[in-house]
Amino acid sequence: MTTMAPDTGAQDTAGYEAVFDAAVAAEERIEPRDWMPDAYRATLVRQIAQHAHSEIIGMQPEANWITRAPSLRRKAILMAKVQDEAGHGLYLYSAAETLGTGRDELLDKLHSGRQKYSSIFNYPTLTWADVGAIGWLVDGAAITNQVPLCRCSYGPYARAMVRICKEESFHQRQGYELLLALSRGTEAQHAMAQDAVNRWWWPSLMMFGPPDAESSHSAQSMAWKIKRHSNDELRQRFVDICVPQAASLGLTLPDPDLRWNEERGQHDFGAIDWTEFQEVLRGNGPCNDQRIGQRRRAHEEGAWVREAAAAYAAKHGKATA
Amino acid sequence: MKSVPVTDTPAPAAEPRPATAALALGDDALVLSHRLGEWAGHAPVLEEEVALANIALDLLGQARTLLSLAGDEDELAYLREERAFRNTQLVEQPNGDFAHTIARQLYFSTYQHLLYGQLAAAEGPFAPLAGKAVKEVAYHRDHAEHWTLRLGDGTEESHARMQRGLDALWRYTGELFEPVEELPVDWSALREGWLSAVTAVVERATLTLPSGPQNGAWTAGAGRQGIHTEPFGRMLAEMQHLHRSHPGASW
Repeated sequence: MTTMAPDTGAQDTAGYEAVFDAAVAAEERIEPRDWMPDAYRATLVRQIAQHAHSEIIGMQPEANWITRAPSLRRKAILMAKVQDEAGHGLYLYSAAETLGTGRDELLDKLHSGRQKYSSIFNYPTLTWADVGAIGWLVDGAAITNQVPLCRCSYGPYARAMVRICKEESFHQRQGYELLLALSRGTEAQHAMAQDAVNRWWWPSLMMFGPPDAESSHSAQSMAWKIKRHSNDELRQRFVDICVPQAASLGLTLPDPDLRWNEERGQHDFGAIDWTEFQEVLRGNGPCNDQRIGQRRRAHEEGAWVREAAAAYAAKHGKATA
Repeated sequence: MKSVPVTDTPAPAAEPRPATAALALGDDALVLSHRLGEWAGHAPVLEEEVALANIALDLLGQARTLLSLAGDEDELAYLREERAFRNTQLVEQPNGDFAHTIARQLYFSTYQHLLYGQLAAAEGPFAPLAGKAVKEVAYHRDHAEHWTLRLGDGTEESHARMQRGLDALWRYTGELFEPVEELPVDWSALREGWLSAVTAVVERATLTLPSGPQNGAWTAGAGRQGIHTEPFGRMLAEMQHLHRSHPGASW
């Protein structure tokens, strides 16, 4: 799409809006300098920011195990993964920047609680197997959510997602492989893997968001082709993918109601505890305070470093900084 | 310089003694990688999350290659006691603030860059690794030098912190130049090259080269002989506990 934003105010937004709508309908990409409705821009900033915040907060539960990784190979894999998450944060904050909102502003909103990150990271990583469960289930759910975003109508976000999804798939396979090693290992290792899956399964299903009937942003996002599938559709797809994988892992999923429904050609599964979801969202999860506290502390303790870099750049020009 | 009043730790009975040089170089890389890994999720800016992890990963890769020359990498990393580690005391020092970490990086990566440069040019079992690693370490050194400049010549606060970092770690730098047997290295040239490189960066950063001795009692060559500092034992306790809790398990 090539329609440039008008130079002066919104004299004829109706005309621009028609071009925008046609471009979205024709599956063309909207680019940063194209005209777009304010609400489209705001929706994207909110969604991309939440995604970026989730990447950087999501470093914490896994980084929790870097110093205790039980083999050097696993330690290298885990460090590389946590590093990738920082990298994803960087691309995503850059994508938000193309919409006119800078990283500093978004970090302020995260630190002050005005913007959210994925609630899944408010759960603790209690054992080494949690690193595998996060890779398999949490990254798996994230990929199920994110693959359709590679076709999102906003170009920079769609392109960032292509790269992110490739790396996330890699993480998911590593998580699965970690759990497989535990499942086939000693009795204690197997039990550790099962315990982790038991704790991460339901929160992973909650990652797809509230049921369609209660999802506040879905309809407009679908119309704008920011979002392509409903929460419940994606959740079902994820369950159907996980069931055979759990069987190959030799692990069970903690849902007595989980069974194949021949008629639907999909799995039925038990009711999700949405009270827990709402509680965690409201700040009452096991790690909400800890996660945001560490993020704020790192930011505050790093203030003098960022000030020094800025002062040095001002003295010597950006090229040397 | 040999002020440590103990002899080398006896090797475990009936085990062939691992190659001294591979352990010295491998443990330096392993331990520093671990310390840098502790920064994950705590760095002052997102770009440094990426950079510090990158350096940690390079070092871990080097450590794995080096330890494998001496034996099984995991047995060596996870099942040796503190007194059997051969790293210098410099690399085991806790991270402190970002300036402290950068001071440690400046001292160590300058050393490692020059050391690997010599090893890459010489013949011997370490030449292939050093030839590859010297390129990675050139980046680590560049990273440390740039941050030393920014912090030294940034704000009053960053200048003071950077100077404190350099001063606090200076006494661990002498050990870097204690000859390690089996290594084809000109140690006095290494020392001179290091001193002139570090001096140049420190001066450009408007900082002062520390004036105290580069060795204290019990630091001269101590780490290479298995004498470490107190925080190292706790670092190993954390690093080794899970592996040791499941004897014989594979991961």
